[in-house]
Amino acid sequence: MKLLRRVFPHPHLTILLTIVWVLLANAPSLNSVVFGLILGIVIPFITQPYWPDRPILRNWPMVVEYILVVLWDIVVANFTVARIILFKRDADRQPNWVCVPLELRSPEAITVLAGTITMTPGTVSCDLSAQGHNLLVHCLDAPDPDAVRDEIKHRYERRLKEIFE
Amino acid sequence: MTEFWEIVIAFFLIISGIFGFVGSFGMIKLKDPMSRLHAPTKATTLGVGGVLIASILHSLALEHRLSLHELLITLFLFLTAPVTALFIAKWHIHRHETPDSLPNAGEDGKWATHAVQTDEEIPDHTAT
Repeated sequence: MKLLRRVFPHPHLTILLTIVWVLLANAPSLNSVVFGLILGIVIPFITQPYWPDRPILRNWPMVVEYILVVLWDIVVANFTVARIILFKRDADRQPNWVCVPLELRSPEAITVLAGTITMTPGTVSCDLSAQGHNLLVHCLDAPDPDAVRDEIKHRYERRLKEIFE
Repeated sequence: MTEFWEIVIAFFLIISGIFGFVGSFGMIKLKDPMSRLHAPTKATTLGVGGVLIASILHSLALEHRLSLHELLITLFLFLTAPVTALFIAKWHIHRHETPDSLPNAGEDGKWATHAVQTDEEIPDHTAT
């Protein structure tokens, strides 16, 4: 078991690298799978010192649910933002800063949350507070900043908490 | 059948064209720099996403082979776009915002960009 841990320090990364290589080759042949596996074993082994911790994903069904929720939100938010840009006068728009207090503590979870907020049109995550307990989010049009904060906490942070912590 | 798929593919191409245009148009219409930052995040989601779905469908339905490396473009975009957006936002906070113009940072007192110790005076090239 210990030997296995030394040879495969990050099993998830090994699988991910293999999949990425096969997709890059764009032909699922034995050739690309084998070479992908070699890369997937060598790269995590060499970069091991840079990845001291292993984030543990506890809830795989929740990962799938999270991805679907985010994709759906991106589509909906795209239409909302398109309407704001095309039909709303610039003077009527209320850009706003929102402070989201974080319950998440693991760096990976906060990174995923910040990335999700940026990729959903209408909100961009801008900064963390000095100790990483709050997230600063800029909203394109937010008459009610508290509603944005509650939605981020309810839709994304709650699910990420179940996945990572 | 080919005609049906061509219509579906054209639909996704038009969707992506519209959202790409709206994203670029937003860069002109929105006046403050922080709001302008929202425009590129739009173009990289549905704008690029539409082209990629069209590309997958085209190779699947018309060329009869499975091509999935478009998914990698999505993956790389989702990894890189938030990082660049964060860089630009941090630059903006560093040069144009003070701790008073931002909302309260809660128990930590300051936002990370303002908590950095500045050793030397940075000349302000943005002043006109």
